[in-house]
Amino acid sequence: MIAHLPVLQVILPLMAAPICLMLKRAQLAWLFSLIVSGLAFGVSILLLQQVMTSGVISYELGGWEAPWGIEYRIDKLNAFVLLIITAISTTVLFSAQASIAKEIVTSKHTVFYTLYLLSLTGMLGIVVTGDAFNVFVFLEISSLSAYALIAMGNDRRALWASYQYLIMGTIGATFILIGIGLMYQMTGTLNMEDLSQRLPEVAQTRTVFTAFVFIIVGVCLKLALFPLHLWLPNAYAYAPSIVTAFFAATATKVAIYLLIRFTFSVFGFSFSFTIIPLQTMFMALGLVGIFIASTSAIYQSNIKLLFAYSSIAQIGYMVVGFSINTVAGLTATLLHLFNHALMKSAIFLALAAAMYRLGNVQLNNFHGLGRQMPLTMAAIVVGGLSLIGVPLTVGFVSKWYLLTALLEQGWWPVAILILLGSILTVIYVWRLVEVAYFKEPLANKAPVKEAPLYFLIPIWTLIIANIYFGIDTRLSVQGAQMAAMSLFGVTP
Amino acid sequence: MLMGLFNYWIVVVLMMIGLYIVIAHGNLIKKIIGLTTFQTSVFIFYISMAKVDGGTAPILADDIIQYSNPLPHVLILTAIVVGIATTAMALSLVVRIKEAYGSIEEEEIQQQDNQIQEDEKNGRQA
Repeated sequence: MIAHLPVLQVILPLMAAPICLMLKRAQLAWLFSLIVSGLAFGVSILLLQQVMTSGVISYELGGWEAPWGIEYRIDKLNAFVLLIITAISTTVLFSAQASIAKEIVTSKHTVFYTLYLLSLTGMLGIVVTGDAFNVFVFLEISSLSAYALIAMGNDRRALWASYQYLIMGTIGATFILIGIGLMYQMTGTLNMEDLSQRLPEVAQTRTVFTAFVFIIVGVCLKLALFPLHLWLPNAYAYAPSIVTAFFAATATKVAIYLLIRFTFSVFGFSFSFTIIPLQTMFMALGLVGIFIASTSAIYQSNIKLLFAYSSIAQIGYMVVGFSINTVAGLTATLLHLFNHALMKSAIFLALAAAMYRLGNVQLNNFHGLGRQMPLTMAAIVVGGLSLIGVPLTVGFVSKWYLLTALLEQGWWPVAILILLGSILTVIYVWRLVEVAYFKEPLANKAPVKEAPLYFLIPIWTLIIANIYFGIDTRLSVQGAQMAAMSLFGVTP
Repeated sequence: MLMGLFNYWIVVVLMMIGLYIVIAHGNLIKKIIGLTTFQTSVFIFYISMAKVDGGTAPILADDIIQYSNPLPHVLILTAIVVGIATTAMALSLVVRIKEAYGSIEEEEIQQQDNQIQEDEKNGRQA
C-alpha cells in the first residue's frame, strides 16, 4: 500500500470521477468527492513524510523500468505542491454543495463533481509524473475539464470566457507538445531524469533551443504571465464561485511548478538562464505584470474580476522570484506559491459566500456588508491584508523573503518597485473595505444574513492558516527552502 | 535538402496557416478550424519524426529487418484523441454561445459584453 502511494494520488480521483457520475443524487456525489479529495490529501501528507525521511521516491508504473516505462517521481518540490493542491481542493469542496445549489441547475450537480475530480486528477498528474509526454496528457485532462467547469457559470459571459480560455490553453498545450517532440527527436527519451542527462550532450543544437523556447512559451500561456494573461480575468470572474476558488489557488500554481520543473530539472538552470536572457525577460515581464494587473484591478467594479486581476499581479511576484536564479529567490517563489494559494482560496471562498447571499458580486452591492455579513467580510479583509503583505500574515513572509533575495543580489531598484506594487494592492483592497464598512446599506436593498456554516468553516480554516503560517513559518519556509536547495543541487 | 525535409516544410506551413486563422478570423467556427489545422501539423511532425526510410511497422517476422519507431506514433494517437475532445468541447461551446448571444462573430459578442459591463458599472441590473 505504502509503496503504491504515488500512483494512488492520481488513480483515486481518476477512478472516483466516473463513479461520481453514476451516483444519481447530488448530495451523495458531493459527500463522495469530498471523501475522495480528503483521501488524496491524506496520501499527499504521507508522501511528503516519506520524501522528507527517505528522499526521492521513484515509482515505476506497471513495473516497467524507468527510461522505457512511465515513471512517477516525487521529490521535495512536487510533494510540497501536491500538499497545496489537495489541501485547497478539500477545503474548497466543503462549501461546494451550498454554493453550486444557487449557481448551477440541479440536474448538472453530479456532472460538476465529476469534472471537479477530473480536473483535480489532471493537476495531481502533472505534478506527480516524471515523464514529459505524461505532462501533456494530464495537462489536457485538467484543462478540458476546466473549460467545461468554467462554462457552467450562470452568466453567459462564462461561455465566452471558456471559449477564449480553450483557444489559448490549447495553443499553449500544443506548444508544449511540439517542445516535447523536439526533445525526443534529439535524445530519444521522454523520461525527465533521463532527459536531463542526455540534453547537455546536444545542448548547443538549434533543435534543443527551439524545444526550450516552445516549452517556455507554452507554460507561460498556462500560467497567465503578462502579456499572455488575457484569458484569465474573465474565466475566473464568470466561472462558478467554487471553481474560481479552486483554480485561483491551484491551476496557475501547477503551471509555475511546470516552469520550475522544466527549467531546473529537465534543461538545467545553467542552460536555461544562458541560452536566452531568461532573467531579464522574466524580471521585466513579472514587474510589468504586477503594475498593469494591479492598476486594472483598481478600476474593476466586479469584485471577482478585481481579485482575478490581482492573481495575475501575484503571479508576477512569483516570476520575479524565479528570475533571480538563486536559492533564496526560488525559496521566495515557492513560499509565495503556498501562501498565495492560502489567501486567494480564502478570498474567493468568501466571495462565493457573498455570491450565495447577494446573487452577484458587484461593488455597489457590497454597501454596508461589513455589518450584515461581518465574518465573511472580515475574512476578505484579512485575506486582503495578506495580499498587501502586512506583518503577521503569510503575505508578509513571502514578500520579506522576496525582498531579501533581491537585496542579496543588490537589486534594490527592483525591490522598490515590488514595494510600490504593494501600494497598488492597498488601493484596490481599500476600495472594497470602504464600501463594505463605511457606507450605509442601500435603502432599496433587502438586508442579507451572515453566510451559512458550510462557508464559514472552510473560509476561517483558511484565514487561520493565513495567520498561523504568517507567525509560525517553520513548516512552509522549511519546505520551500529544502525544495529550492534540492533543485539547485545544494545540500543543506 | 528541400525534398529530404519535405514533411517538415509541410508541418511548418500548416502550423503557420493554422495559427494565422486562429488569430486573424473573428468567426468562432473558423477559429476552431485554424486550431485543428495547427494541432494536425504537430501530429504530422511526430509521425514524420519516427518514420525510417524503408522501415515497416514493428512486426516480428523473418524478412523484415528495418522498423520505423513506433513510440511517437503511439504518442500521437493519444494527442489525436485529445485533439478530438478539444474540438468537440469547442464546438459545443460555440452552440451554447450562439444560443446565448445570437451570434458567432467575435466582434458582436465583445460588443454585447461591453454593453453589459457598462450597465453593471452604472448600477443597473442586466
